[in-house]
Amino acid sequence: MSSFSRRTAMGGALGLLAAPAILHAQPTGGVKIGLVAVQTGPQAALGTQLRDGYLMGLRHLNGRLGGLTAETVMIDDELRPDVAVTKVRTALERDRCDFIVGVVFSNILQAIIRPVTEANTFLISTNAGPSTFAGRGCNPFFFTTSYNNDQVHSVIGQVCEDQGYKRVFVLVPNYQAGRDAVAGFKSRFKGEVVDEVYVPLTQLDFAAELAKIAAAKPDAIFTFMPGGLGVNLVRQYRQAGLAHIPFLSTFTVDEATLPAQQDAAVGFFSAATWAPNMDNAANRRFATDFEAAFNYVPASYAAQAYDSTMLLDSAIRRAGGRLADKDAIRAGLRTADFTSVRGNFKFGVNHYPVQDFWLLRVAKRADGKFQTETVRKVLENDVDPWAAECRMR
Amino acid sequence: MPRLRLDVALTLLVLAALALAPFIGFGANHYLTLFARIMILAAAAVSLSFLVGGAGLASLGHAAAMGVGAYAVAILDAHRLTDITIVLPVAMAAAALFSLLTGAIAIRTEGVNFIMITLAFGQMAFFTASSLAAYGGDDGYTLYDRTEIFGSRLMENRLFFHYLCLGFLVLCWGLCAMLLASRFGRVLRAARENPLRAQAVGFAPYPYRLLAYVIAGTLAGLAGVLFANATEFVAPAYMSWQRSGELIFMVILGGLGRLSGAILGAVLFVLLETWLPSLTTHWKMIFGPLLILAVLFMRGGLIGFLGARRG
Amino acid sequence: MQALNGLQLGILLFLVAAGLTLVFGVMDFINLAHGVQYMLGAYLGAAFAAATGSFWLGLLLALPAALLFGLLLEVLVFRHLYDRDHLSQVLATFGVILFLNQAMKAIWGAAPLQVPVPALLEGGVVLMPGLQYPLYRIAVLVAGIATALGLWFLVERTRLGMLVRAGATNAPMVSALGVDIRRLFMLVFAFGAMLAGFAGVLAGPIFSVEPGMGDHVLILAFVVIVIGGIGSIRGAFIAALIVGLTDTLGKSLMPDLMRLFLDPSAARQTGAALASMLVYIAMAAILAFRPRGLFPARSG
Repeated sequence: MSSFSRRTAMGGALGLLAAPAILHAQPTGGVKIGLVAVQTGPQAALGTQLRDGYLMGLRHLNGRLGGLTAETVMIDDELRPDVAVTKVRTALERDRCDFIVGVVFSNILQAIIRPVTEANTFLISTNAGPSTFAGRGCNPFFFTTSYNNDQVHSVIGQVCEDQGYKRVFVLVPNYQAGRDAVAGFKSRFKGEVVDEVYVPLTQLDFAAELAKIAAAKPDAIFTFMPGGLGVNLVRQYRQAGLAHIPFLSTFTVDEATLPAQQDAAVGFFSAATWAPNMDNAANRRFATDFEAAFNYVPASYAAQAYDSTMLLDSAIRRAGGRLADKDAIRAGLRTADFTSVRGNFKFGVNHYPVQDFWLLRVAKRADGKFQTETVRKVLENDVDPWAAECRMR
Repeated sequence: MPRLRLDVALTLLVLAALALAPFIGFGANHYLTLFARIMILAAAAVSLSFLVGGAGLASLGHAAAMGVGAYAVAILDAHRLTDITIVLPVAMAAAALFSLLTGAIAIRTEGVNFIMITLAFGQMAFFTASSLAAYGGDDGYTLYDRTEIFGSRLMENRLFFHYLCLGFLVLCWGLCAMLLASRFGRVLRAARENPLRAQAVGFAPYPYRLLAYVIAGTLAGLAGVLFANATEFVAPAYMSWQRSGELIFMVILGGLGRLSGAILGAVLFVLLETWLPSLTTHWKMIFGPLLILAVLFMRGGLIGFLGARRG
Repeated sequence: MQALNGLQLGILLFLVAAGLTLVFGVMDFINLAHGVQYMLGAYLGAAFAAATGSFWLGLLLALPAALLFGLLLEVLVFRHLYDRDHLSQVLATFGVILFLNQAMKAIWGAAPLQVPVPALLEGGVVLMPGLQYPLYRIAVLVAGIATALGLWFLVERTRLGMLVRAGATNAPMVSALGVDIRRLFMLVFAFGAMLAGFAGVLAGPIFSVEPGMGDHVLILAFVVIVIGGIGSIRGAFIAALIVGLTDTLGKSLMPDLMRLFLDPSAARQTGAALASMLVYIAMAAILAFRPRGLFPARSG
């Protein structure tokens, strides 16, 4: 009995060691994409949007990118940089991904950009767009189909100027993108910033900050509170009776958070490069099919991920499917020869897009669902403020 | 006595397997990454087992000591100081100092209060690291270079690094075993089992325990240096109570009171953690009950389980 | 107003910590899974409220459901761990946490659930011109204090409470005196589980209901019982208020305090870090002077 169990134990241990070998991916003739999206924790909804937008794109492309069969490795970064680094390295080393695509949050991007690009692999961000890699830090292996964070926030700054708001209260989370938000806002807003408050990314209760807003009585507030943060802020803002102060935001009231915010968010403003109600052929097809397939309204996270599949498709096709020829792939990516769901799209010298920006407002649809809708175009063919510092060519 | 031989034998087998692995088909980079992780965490777990099993000090802040070592590497890297002759002493000194200061207060308490206060110190280290904006703060810091050895980039050689980690693990195990077998170890054990009697015989437990705490912390700090080099990334998360908890689990899983148990526990834990997610995204629903079953039916951890069946 | 929030957090913490300290005090059992009991309460409350359309019905249904779950866990897992060492209990109950957190995610998804404030308690009380303090939070405060008083009465004035206190002080003695210690354990455990679940239901409309919400609360609850003294309800109450106030006031005042010494950007960083650490610093300080907590119940 005893020697049998000992042998089983050791056999089991060796078996455990061998298992990875058996599960080892076999090389295919297609293209392998590592899709990084947060699937754990309160911000998981954003990762799901990203993933579904990407899958929608693959579906419209019949599972092929540039003619090659696409295989996707799903990577849940859990919104933890250390986890992201470990998993992305595994994707590069074990799964041999040809492209790393996705990334909702900037801090995850910062953590993985060097491991990916130093392995001569292209990193296509479909959401995170920190200023760090738009200027001096621009990288030949890094592209983003979203925007530079600063730009979106500057739209609200412009709106405040246009509407004549002189005193604005600023409320953002305490991380790089939050700081970028404030900088972006201030780049176009020339009035008085009544107060600038930074909250932890894990904040649940905004009572303290709402008290400050009430006391300050600003003309409007500008806030950037992605995902779960936005859900709580909007609800508590309305509960505290502050809705008479215009709520101007970025990434705070979007299709990912509206299902939780519901009526509390109606009438609040946002800024973006895209809204589900945009009237062009590509977007109509995307939005309709997306809702039919996944049964919820797409947000910008989905739209931008969708665009990335079209981008990859066009780039790989232009390079003749030669994934190993990095320069050809890069040239293909730079050309960006695809129809974006947002209309205008081309890359700037720093691999960040040059595109239009809109003011949006939250509305309730006839079918009871909520979405953002375009109010007016604020910026046209806007280049991000860092592009001039990029020395790539 | 036969019990002891079994777990030591099994551990030696595992170590041998790790030594041979690169040459029997597991030489690919992603395997070496996995092995490095196992060996470094095993070393940290051994130092913790020394504390818990030997001195009876269940520290829930051990990951913080590891993190201190890792951050030493990161901070020096930010200032372009990467040579081992600087990094090693600084990391060791930092980890030792951290353990000395926190241990001095913590060891005055006992039982669950000791666990909580080590947790508190760990959390303080975590929040301090999070506030270091210059070194990445909450988001972590990517190393520009691995630690250089007298100017050479030997650490970047995956094979060399593999054997370096293995060597460190063996060193850790040997050192802790020697300490436990020595007079120092006997005093620790006496103090753990019956502090009053130890005092009656003339040994004040406090200085011995503090010394054990500092030694364990320094070893963890060294493990942290290797960990930073392995992932080329350092984050406050390395110091979190969850990581400390994982180290404790490795120690318990393998078998409390046996250094070799910590190694086996670490191997099992990391393998499960790596392999289970490929089965299903809800792997924690399997892992959780596995832990529960392990505790319920494997009294004395893996070693107890294997040893008991002999009989 | 921040003080009110601090008190409210403190009350919620007390509800969770009370069960924890009793279980630890009477049964010498470290229950890490207490945090998931809180989470279960929140999820059950949210689910029943959504199903019945009424917050109150949800609360009414969630409490016995939480109780049942607690008993189920006790019978399946915890009962077998009473005579094991603390670290084994830690490991096993951690396994329960892993399983239940993941189960919540599997059943309800990873995104936070939203629980609407009951219609009766919507709106607020005007504290300052332009600022309301939500009526619901006041209700939570009141409910919590009422529960605390009820508990105090139960523990200090009834025979059952006397048994529990005796058990916390010296369990073997109580058993030797002929009390069915097994049933006492189950009762204590079930009650603690229900308290935690109750706190969870109350917390639903204020905080996000999501997998893992119990972990943060768990750590704070442990800090509370360590400061308060293991096994002491009174200690747990006072410690919970201290922790709740320290945490809330610290987070709001620290950054401003730091601005006195540092420039705004650095002040924000260090302020936030210090604020998070404040609770732990307080615990370390208290333990330095009173290594067994403020009101330790154990004798000897």
